[in-house]
Amino acid sequence: MLHETSGIKLTIFYDAFDRARFFNGFLTSVRLMAVCLVASVVIGVVGAWIQGSRLRVLRLITQGYIQFFRNTPPLVQLYFFYFALGSYLKLTTGNGIAVPIVSNFTWAAICLSFYAGAFNVEIFRAGIEAVPRETLEAAESLGYSRLKAYAYVILPLAFRISLPALNNNLVNLIKTTTIAYAIAVPEMLYVANQIWSDESNVPEMMNVLLITYVSLVGILVWVMGRWERGLRIPGYSPA
Amino acid sequence: MPWTPDQPLVRLADVHKTFGGGVEVLKGITMDVMKGEVICIIGPSGSGKSTLLRCVNALVPIDRGSILVEGQEVNDPKLDKLALRRKVGMVFQQYNLFPHKTALENVMMAPVHVLKRDKKEVERQALALIAKVRLTGKEESYPGELSGGQQQRIAIARSLAMNPDVMLFDEVTAALDPETVKGVLVTIRELAEDGMTCMIVTHEMGFAREVANRVYFTDGGVLVEHGPPKEFFASPRDPRTRQFLDQIL
Repeated sequence: MLHETSGIKLTIFYDAFDRARFFNGFLTSVRLMAVCLVASVVIGVVGAWIQGSRLRVLRLITQGYIQFFRNTPPLVQLYFFYFALGSYLKLTTGNGIAVPIVSNFTWAAICLSFYAGAFNVEIFRAGIEAVPRETLEAAESLGYSRLKAYAYVILPLAFRISLPALNNNLVNLIKTTTIAYAIAVPEMLYVANQIWSDESNVPEMMNVLLITYVSLVGILVWVMGRWERGLRIPGYSPA
Repeated sequence: MPWTPDQPLVRLADVHKTFGGGVEVLKGITMDVMKGEVICIIGPSGSGKSTLLRCVNALVPIDRGSILVEGQEVNDPKLDKLALRRKVGMVFQQYNLFPHKTALENVMMAPVHVLKRDKKEVERQALALIAKVRLTGKEESYPGELSGGQQQRIAIARSLAMNPDVMLFDEVTAALDPETVKGVLVTIRELAEDGMTCMIVTHEMGFAREVANRVYFTDGGVLVEHGPPKEFFASPRDPRTRQFLDQIL
């Protein structure tokens, strides 16, 4: 065994209990990432559309949302959601125990989606503004309504322009999911902590964590890169 | 009173437009365009020609006056812009094709998305239109793979796919390489010969003389004079028209 010969304690590879909890942590992380990736992109698209709205109130609300989530640390947001809002959203069961309505995983998902979403709104807005006004006019003069022009013309173009910046933000989001640790979401960092507390193998688990995150981000970057190439338009380069 | 084809298809009456910043670009324009008529609007840069066209399909709202398209008032806050734009096709100086769609898709998009027509039937019409602008074989090309002149012809086909009653051409050859201008002008002339009502803003005097039923000269936001091309070019009455023509001919 590696441990006997070298002293390296990678218990997750031979201890069934550690393996199971690390694997569950890994799955929780991946689930959190997947939910936040999708939700933050949806928030970005919708928010960017609202920012172009004629209704001042809507624009102000979006602007306020962006400022709030962009200008505060994600960890503080998470604490705010979980401890401040979460403490009001509790049900008291028959035997007097308070049960939270929203689980810590859900809070983490909500918080991180809105956090990354705030950046995505700005990223997509920049993309939309980079689409020439004349392209929108052409759509309008063909009878497209604002919504239809947005869906069929502006967004597909803006999306392509936004992809590199979106890439960066999503990579950031993947990494930021580790702060869910702070509200005891049993994701990878959290279970790694449990394992190294039990097995006192901090350096080994640190390496495992780093390698796992490098791989996960690597996969995301690879997928986004393929997507970017797949969306490339022959003969077109945005001005 | 419902519109009938014997009335002007496009009727402008005392149209005023001032842009933010106080620049008055249109100072009371009045003109009638009959069905099947081809008019060319010429004049120096900044004389309001393009703005005039853009007002007709409500891309630019006007301040005062009236624009009627088939009897429908354009200067009306309750205007159904979509209904108006179905009747009015527009072609731009910079073509403004949708760069992420092929030539064929560019032509098909609006009828499918806006008019909700059957895709198969639209495709048949689109192929015919692409053949009409002499670009058969380029259906699957993206705009970025076409020359300026080819893009402009696709843009014309794209407008025609909506079966408009009047076509607006806004300096459609101004951004083109000289050798591709001719193809575009031939396409427009064929359209005119087919009886399409056309309002053309152009700097191509030879083309205006050849294709127009009536030439309008604008300067400083007013219509200085107009007339049939022969008379207009041979014996312009207003000194400003004479000066303009002397400079460019």
